[in-house]
Amino acid sequence: MSTESSLRLVWVYPDLLSTYGDRGNLLILSRRAQLRGMPVESIEVRSDQPVPVTGDVYLLGGGEDGPQALAAQRLARDGGLGRAVERRAVVFAVCAGYQLLGHSFFAKGQKCPGLGLLDLDSDRGATRAVGELAGEIDIRLGLPALTGFENHGGRTHLGPQANPLARVSLGIGNDGTTEGAWQGSVLGTYSHGPALSRNPQIADLLLRWATGTATLPPIDDAWPNRLRGERLSAAAR
Amino acid sequence: MIDPELLTHLAEGRRIALISGTNGKTTTTRLTTAALGVLGEVATNSLGANMPSGHTSALAKAGDTPLAVLEVDEHYLPQVLTATRPEVVALLNLSRDQLDRAKEVAMMAQLWRDALRAHPVHVVANADDPMVVWAAQVSPEVTWVASGQRWHDDSWVCPECGGSIARAGEAGEPGLESGGGSPSSQWRCTGCALRRPDPEWTIDGGLVVDPDGARHEVKLRLPGRVNLANAATALAVAARFGVATLDALPRLTEVTSIAGRYAQVVRDGRAIRLLLAKNPAGWLEAFDMADDAPTLLAINARDPDGLDTSWLFDVDFSPVRGRQVLISGDRAYDLAVRLEVNGVPFSHVKSFREAVASVPEGRLEVIANYTAFQDIRAELDRVN
Repeated sequence: MSTESSLRLVWVYPDLLSTYGDRGNLLILSRRAQLRGMPVESIEVRSDQPVPVTGDVYLLGGGEDGPQALAAQRLARDGGLGRAVERRAVVFAVCAGYQLLGHSFFAKGQKCPGLGLLDLDSDRGATRAVGELAGEIDIRLGLPALTGFENHGGRTHLGPQANPLARVSLGIGNDGTTEGAWQGSVLGTYSHGPALSRNPQIADLLLRWATGTATLPPIDDAWPNRLRGERLSAAAR
Repeated sequence: MIDPELLTHLAEGRRIALISGTNGKTTTTRLTTAALGVLGEVATNSLGANMPSGHTSALAKAGDTPLAVLEVDEHYLPQVLTATRPEVVALLNLSRDQLDRAKEVAMMAQLWRDALRAHPVHVVANADDPMVVWAAQVSPEVTWVASGQRWHDDSWVCPECGGSIARAGEAGEPGLESGGGSPSSQWRCTGCALRRPDPEWTIDGGLVVDPDGARHEVKLRLPGRVNLANAATALAVAARFGVATLDALPRLTEVTSIAGRYAQVVRDGRAIRLLLAKNPAGWLEAFDMADDAPTLLAINARDPDGLDTSWLFDVDFSPVRGRQVLISGDRAYDLAVRLEVNGVPFSHVKSFREAVASVPEGRLEVIANYTAFQDIRAELDRVN
């Protein structure tokens, strides 16, 4: 049940935007908040339901072209996500969810309007980007390297308001040079699926943004760190 | 270069059944081959060589054998349908599997639907999988089997109209930790006429009920409800070929393991059983089969497995919580992170040998994905 003090995590449209392990980001955020003693309320909002405006963190996953276009239409009509961002709610979006936060994206060969919550536009690349993705994260965010797996056909071009999340050292990301974007409290990445499993520090960044706290008590990240070490050293080979 | 017409020539004059789907096609092919054995010798691609080159090779070796049961990779169903002109096509299920290279689920359903529309054929299909039903319903004749669908997360959206699929007894929400729904239940689209067709073959407890309402005890030596459903599909295909169910049943009992799947091996006092699980739907079925016993989970991400381990977060591992859980494989760390988030305690072992040494005498369940399974099978002298 909802209480004033619980952290409200909103998973947006899992019926449309959940291709491959996207649930992981919700589970990881929930666990990491609870380990810090924060009560958590996880809310799954299907595409035939209104998006609540009072969430603290909104999660958007990946999806096929058809569901992506449908999700963008329904979110635009609903308006809840935009109003939540106006009140500085945190948004974490991957892959198709990331693209639809921009001004425009391509699905099924057509240019579709996005939500305009990130200053960027996406189109189609000549080739599909599939494989390990790694890069150095924007120094202002103070986080260690990004590691992930990407699987998308898009190329994303950032406008002046959006900051690249990372400089690509392996893979394609936005365009082979930069990867992902952040703008205010909205963060997007092509690192698909359970991106936070390899990047617990991004999970904690989202929690810090959502709670307005500068630091969080440390938790035992031995296994995520072993996984990061293995993936980043595989990427360096 | 093999003559592209070769498969067509080799298929001519034979009565052929094709078996396709994301999961269970190797097992169902074996069960169907056993059932059709009532009629005589049956050609099959029994080693899971399920692309056209494998079909060509199987039929080239088949001499004048009049019957064939072919397992078909789901991507190749259209071309094999065209080439072999089968008498029956059995469609088991569709779910996410190696998305870094496979076609996404809705695209696969569309591919099947277009192929079946172009080549009218009798279809035996799973009434419990909305994607399969949508693909199969364009066929002039369908035998519906209530094969079940434990994994619902690839069929919440109607492939016909984009509406929501509602299932009886469920709130209609993908679960936070989706352990899968009830395996066989009513479903319908809330936006159009697509709904679960009335099945002619059903499962009731441990029994298979045929279209006449006769209830058959299937003395299967393969574990799990899903294998009972695979047996029902095999019996439905066999019935279409004119095999009486009562004649087919004893032959199903002869199937014990398939290329190591379900094989049981005793090593150092441990009764080791091998279960293969290649994708989220397959893991849910494996958990249904596994005993409450020490369990080794092994994960690789080599080419045949798909390079992406994201699917680990689509699987709810809580069924093994409370058991002694060991993890191994190239991508054990990905699994470790998943299990930690899932609240399942585990220990990491570096080899299969270490796993065997780490558990007490008695049952050891091994659940592994494709190449991890093959690695373990190799350590057990390629057990079949």
